[in-house]
Amino acid sequence: MTAQILYAFFTVLLGVGGCFGYFYGSNWLLDRTFPANANNDASAVRNLRIQANIRPWLFLGPALLLLSVYLIFPVIQTVYLSFHDRAGDKYVGLANYKWAFYDDQFRLSIFNNILWLAVVPALCTLMGLIIAVLTDRLWWGNLAKSLIFMPLAISFVGASVIWKFVYDYRGEGQQQIGILNAIVTYFGGDPQVWIALPFWNNFFLMAILVWIQTGFATVILAAALRGIPEDTLEAATIDGAGPFKIFFRIMVPQIYGTILVVWTTITVLVLKIFDIVLTMTNSQWDTSVLANLMFDWMFRGGGDFGRGAAIAIVIMVAVLPIMIWNIRQANAEQKGH
Amino acid sequence: MFKKFSLEPSRIALNLAVLLIIGLWTFPTAGLLISSLRDKNDIAASGWWTALSSANVNKKTHLKDMADQVEKDGKFTISGNVFEGADAVSGKVSAFGTKVQAPGENAAGANAALDGGQSLVVNPDGSYVLSSPTAFTADNSGIRVFYISSQPPRFTLENYQTVLFSEGIGRSFINSLTVTIPATIIPILIAAFAAYALAWMKLPFRGLIIAIIVGLLVVPLQMSLIPLLKLYNAAGTFMGVPSKTYLGVWLAHTGFGLPFAIYLLRSYIAGLPKDLIESAQIDGANDFKIFRRVVLPLCFPALASFAIFQFLWVWNDLLVAIVFLGSGPDQLVLTGKLNALLGSRGGNWEILTASAFVTIIVPLTVFFSLQRYFVRGLLAGSVKGG
Repeated sequence: MTAQILYAFFTVLLGVGGCFGYFYGSNWLLDRTFPANANNDASAVRNLRIQANIRPWLFLGPALLLLSVYLIFPVIQTVYLSFHDRAGDKYVGLANYKWAFYDDQFRLSIFNNILWLAVVPALCTLMGLIIAVLTDRLWWGNLAKSLIFMPLAISFVGASVIWKFVYDYRGEGQQQIGILNAIVTYFGGDPQVWIALPFWNNFFLMAILVWIQTGFATVILAAALRGIPEDTLEAATIDGAGPFKIFFRIMVPQIYGTILVVWTTITVLVLKIFDIVLTMTNSQWDTSVLANLMFDWMFRGGGDFGRGAAIAIVIMVAVLPIMIWNIRQANAEQKGH
Repeated sequence: MFKKFSLEPSRIALNLAVLLIIGLWTFPTAGLLISSLRDKNDIAASGWWTALSSANVNKKTHLKDMADQVEKDGKFTISGNVFEGADAVSGKVSAFGTKVQAPGENAAGANAALDGGQSLVVNPDGSYVLSSPTAFTADNSGIRVFYISSQPPRFTLENYQTVLFSEGIGRSFINSLTVTIPATIIPILIAAFAAYALAWMKLPFRGLIIAIIVGLLVVPLQMSLIPLLKLYNAAGTFMGVPSKTYLGVWLAHTGFGLPFAIYLLRSYIAGLPKDLIESAQIDGANDFKIFRRVVLPLCFPALASFAIFQFLWVWNDLLVAIVFLGSGPDQLVLTGKLNALLGSRGGNWEILTASAFVTIIVPLTVFFSLQRYFVRGLLAGSVKGG
């Protein structure tokens, strides 16, 4: 264990030192090779121009290298693998996609993913909006927001333990120690194994993500609400608009762009959802989603990289529209500069 | 801003509504924390929301047998105490009975008539007197008694001791730190240099590179796993080292964190005043110098935001850790350990709650102490540059 700590410590030193060394060293080398204070003006100007051409790539180099190895190359490779057999050697055309299309488990996962997509972003954004508006009018609103925001810092696994405890089930007649079953039995209902109720269990898993992400929506939307000019709201009040009219006619349209951003951010997160399903049900009781299905094909049952890759591509295709929209937004912003 | 049309009752309703929501949001975590501090028998016996009240526990014991009988005035009695050991100090009998179907048939202190003219009294302090008009025989003495004992709440750190030292959570904690700290520090400098280049330096394809980085922001991690795993395996075999190493995880987290880091820092650095950069350029400083002397000190808040994000994301990550690290005790991180415990210790809530609390205490501390930077990063990262 001590060896491990030392190892980690030296890696930090080495990594950070290496970064420093690289940036200092490469820039020093550049300044040395093409000195800006050359003896005649012509070569000084020429050297400066060369420096200006090379230096950005020295700055960008490590980042581009890491991005290429860890993201760009894998994306291309995954596309390639999805057309190949389980070991990735033999070209099989669309066989993996065809398999997916007819596979019951895959269809179930797609269905569940769509269910998640339909419920979680909408619910988070709605709750976030409501909480943002309500807390905006309280002197202790920031404290309230912190508490609702807090689950965002908790890991999905930690959150799953928290909620598994909420959903805990004891046989009928026994003392229920899960709060949900305790409430149900208090009102005379029968205790249920919530996470094993097909179809409905999806919603109990979604509740966890809503619990985590509502804080995110709240904070972003609250900041956007602050940005609405006071005059607009005052003018509306003078014109006799009630709080609901102000909310729907003025606030929501004003922060529409932000709502969209929150919605898409959570949508991307939902498409990748993995940890919650793994820890809560391990895909049992019809709760599988695409990311978990992919994980199962990769690591269980011998590992089928072709099918796993095909499932990853399906997730990627689902993210694609949001990606394109983001890039267009960023480009528009660039032009605006 | 709404003060104009907020009447007093609506104000109260508003406060109550927000309180209700907060209650709903913090209740699950409170359950975890409180349970982790309870005695493990209490956790299994009653809901955590009753932790402050005494718990009623059904117990049974055998009364003393004929050897202890005392004769007095033609009546035979056997007396003693149902409590043994620690219970004798704290327990309190609320009811008792002699049939398993009705363990709480008689209130404590009441006289229960038994077969053969016998009678039994169990007092709240546990003392009992069994009396009979005839002498006790081997057949009708040493009988079973069921009683309901109410135990005062007991809070303890035992669960934490157990998970930290004998369940392997302590070791996993060290592993998590080993993964998280380098994976947080290494990307910062790399991203900062790249961000500066993309914000202020003239270079071809700048727009394209930015577009690619924005695109990579949303690429699902799942896309990378299979190719990287193959790559790591190949590299491991080629160099004769294990393919699952901390170095591999650090680099993976660095790579996965970079798009967001560059995006966040670039929008911050691009928002710095143009005059500042230009005047430094006129003074003859090259970009390396400008970056070190002017930009880096100024973008500390953005660096802090990113560091917090990356720290939380790496600490809380499960997928990357289980794919790129082994599952032995020397490499299993907290999230992975917790996931394993959920499988092996499914019903042992004293283990699970304490373990879960150990895993979430670090991110919660970071979050509450550095919330300002966290929120700022969130706003900059997802709303709009600047």
